[in-house]
Amino acid sequence: MSAPLLAVRGLGKRFGGLQAVRDLSFTVAEGEMVGLIGPNGAGKTTVFALLSGFLRPDTGEIRFRGRAIAGLPPHRVNALGLARTFQIVRPFPRLSVLRNVTVGALARHPDPVAAQRRAAAILEEVGLAGKGDQPAASLTLAERKRLELARALATEPVLLLLDEVMAGLTPAETERIVALVRAINGRGISVVLIEHVMRAVMSLSSRLVVLNHGERIAEGRPEAVASDPRVIEAYLGEPRADDAAPA
Amino acid sequence: MRWAALGAVAVLLALPVVPGLLPSYAVTVFTFTFFYAYLAQAWNVLGGYAGQLSAGHAAFVGVGAYTSAMLALEAGLSPWLGMFVGGALAAGLGAVIGFLGFRFGLRGFYFVLLTVAFAEVCRIVALNTEAVGGALGLYITFTGNPAQFQFRDARAYYYVALGFMLAGTALAALMERRRFGIYLAAIREDEGAAEAAGVPTFRYKLLAMVVSSFLTGVGGTFYAFYLFSLQPNSVFGIPLSVEIIVRTVVGGGGTVLGPVVGSFILSPLAELSRFYFAEAGWSGAHLVVYGVLLVVVVLFFPQGAVPGLRRLAGRRAG
Amino acid sequence: MAGGGRPAEVRLPEAGALIDATLIGQGLLNGVLFGGVYSLMAVGLTLIFGVMRVINFAHGDMMVWGMYLAWLLATRLGLDPYLSFVLCAGALFALGVLVQRGLVDPIVDAPHEMQILLMLGVALVLENSALLAFGPEPQRVRSSLALATLWLGPLFIDVARLVTFLVAALLAGALSLFLFRTDLGRAMRAAADNIDGARIIGVDVRRVYMAAFGIGAACVGAAGALTSPFLPFTPALGLSASVTSFNIVIIGGMGSLPGAFVGGLLVSVAESLGAVFLSSSLKELVSFSLLILILLLRPAGLFGRRLA
Repeated sequence: MSAPLLAVRGLGKRFGGLQAVRDLSFTVAEGEMVGLIGPNGAGKTTVFALLSGFLRPDTGEIRFRGRAIAGLPPHRVNALGLARTFQIVRPFPRLSVLRNVTVGALARHPDPVAAQRRAAAILEEVGLAGKGDQPAASLTLAERKRLELARALATEPVLLLLDEVMAGLTPAETERIVALVRAINGRGISVVLIEHVMRAVMSLSSRLVVLNHGERIAEGRPEAVASDPRVIEAYLGEPRADDAAPA
Repeated sequence: MRWAALGAVAVLLALPVVPGLLPSYAVTVFTFTFFYAYLAQAWNVLGGYAGQLSAGHAAFVGVGAYTSAMLALEAGLSPWLGMFVGGALAAGLGAVIGFLGFRFGLRGFYFVLLTVAFAEVCRIVALNTEAVGGALGLYITFTGNPAQFQFRDARAYYYVALGFMLAGTALAALMERRRFGIYLAAIREDEGAAEAAGVPTFRYKLLAMVVSSFLTGVGGTFYAFYLFSLQPNSVFGIPLSVEIIVRTVVGGGGTVLGPVVGSFILSPLAELSRFYFAEAGWSGAHLVVYGVLLVVVVLFFPQGAVPGLRRLAGRRAG
Repeated sequence: MAGGGRPAEVRLPEAGALIDATLIGQGLLNGVLFGGVYSLMAVGLTLIFGVMRVINFAHGDMMVWGMYLAWLLATRLGLDPYLSFVLCAGALFALGVLVQRGLVDPIVDAPHEMQILLMLGVALVLENSALLAFGPEPQRVRSSLALATLWLGPLFIDVARLVTFLVAALLAGALSLFLFRTDLGRAMRAAADNIDGARIIGVDVRRVYMAAFGIGAACVGAAGALTSPFLPFTPALGLSASVTSFNIVIIGGMGSLPGAFVGGLLVSVAESLGAVFLSSSLKELVSFSLLILILLLRPAGLFGRRLA
């Protein structure tokens, strides 16, 4: 059996008095789609920040494609093939939609013409082809979510961390993005998904990791996790389903 | 848009012919306009494209100016070569400031203050260093030797300044389309998102600083050999930095033509004020206008005159 | 200085040591007395920043306008600056409110770079309109207290400076009382602590912003009027006054009131002692070098970043 694509062991991060992530371990296999779920403030976004190099873990190890990546700056992590999106979308507002994606594509194609060609193809794929010339600030939320995805995709990742790409969307828009994420995974790109839209995360993920108070409280196939009493209790104790983990 | 391009071409073709037709005073105004457009273009790399506000660019003008002047005075080195030594030293200073500022994560106001502090330190050191003339500064004796960057005909400075402006603008146009320029714009818009998209932000900010300070330092030679005298308070002073910033911002930071347009708006104003207002006892008048323009631009045209003009042209065409 | 490796020799002649002690004592005293003004300037700047996260680049220029107003009131109406400072503070309060309402408010949520440029524009207008109105010659305001001195053993105290110190300290004290004991003051502290939280509990944020900018400008306006009897001023003084204020609030911690207060005294004493030992231009060198070091090593300043 080959080593997992991503292996997290004993990950811990503390902010002042708050233990945001505690002794977290999980793996992601090549080609897999894993859902990272948990109630409000469970530390999911912090996990993404740790994996992508935006935060340095206090304890633990992150191995990606066999390399220890904890503490590397985000652009280095990205260069190794791990890309992320932001829960609160962060487009480059005054740059055109095409330019936004070109920035990502330049990571693999230093020639700007080639990068722009690549970016245009990705815009096509995410359904923003007609919007290429508009400034990113003019997009709707649903479009910005897709732009966020497109820019990450343009860096040609092996593993994609998607932080609530469906939050705030209408059911129709959600359907489209679910199809898109499935297609991306179908191309062999592994995905870790933070999501509160349960139906979507259940249908997309082959495995779920459940966090509560920064700790892993359950892991397994979606149906099994959904009936786990600890998971039900964690969610019942926190009925509101929006994430506010410290960034 | 086509009309704007045609207009630009017409202006460009007219500029080399103009000095023959104009009174010498107007030639001086144009010379300053070109030169400030060049300095604004150099600042634009860092402040406009990369969005890192430096309020200490006078330091680079000063280092470049003093270097080539000293090399000419003490070692007889032609300023045409000294210019690049000055640029290199300015780039070295820029690298130090950039390395410290960016490594320690200084942004916005803190970065502004860091650059001001470094420029002021340079000014005070120059004031207190007798070897470079102290408070009196340096005076260059006029020889009229073109090999020494000196010309008997004022129109020669006009052409040199025009060359500076065109070269700086061509460089900006080249840079904007390449990875360097695209990365800088991404950093300006959202540094964290740029990192996530694979941009090595520290390296590119530092590079922007080095390029910007090098170009500014090269410009220092023109300053020294056009004015023939250097005083620490004027060449290293905050007001010079402000002159540069205002032109870029009013014209449009992060655009190729912004610094040029800004200089064409503001430099004639400054020169008029220097010649006429000062005699009437209104020596601060043009700076009041600068201030008002800065406020108006920030409030109503936050991207400067060039994108505004472009929108207007687009509306007319469409 | 580090790096020498050779222990420094300290051997002062007796007489020199005596003179030095007096000089140092006088320097300390002068520093503390002038520090009141520095504290008041910095308190104004830090209040505006703490509440609105906006840097008032025109701070020093507002101070200079306070000085010229005191000068106008003294020369035209014969008002002593120790009385007219109240009017100057009032006028600057109005100016601060105007700047906030008309200029800063529309872009209070824009990127910081925009606010920096805007305030730079305001600073240019204020400095150079003063230059147009009053010319570049240094001015000084005559006060009835100007020539009185007290002797404290070998040390002398300039009465004008003493009164300035006392009034400045009083104003800073009154401001903290205001912030802790009144509803508006508490709302300002809440806004400084967490603007969204303040909105949720029903704080009128626009009113708080106006008050913060107004009071911040009034502080520095009063500081200007109070120093006008012994500090000759020109319009160009504004820039260095701004830089000094920035220096103090960075040292004290942006947004911290105690930091501004203590930082003001600290910087003033350091400058005053520096003047005893160093030439005035080297003194400036020290303060800018200090600023660079603090920016790099402790950008949060000595007192953190909260408006406490």
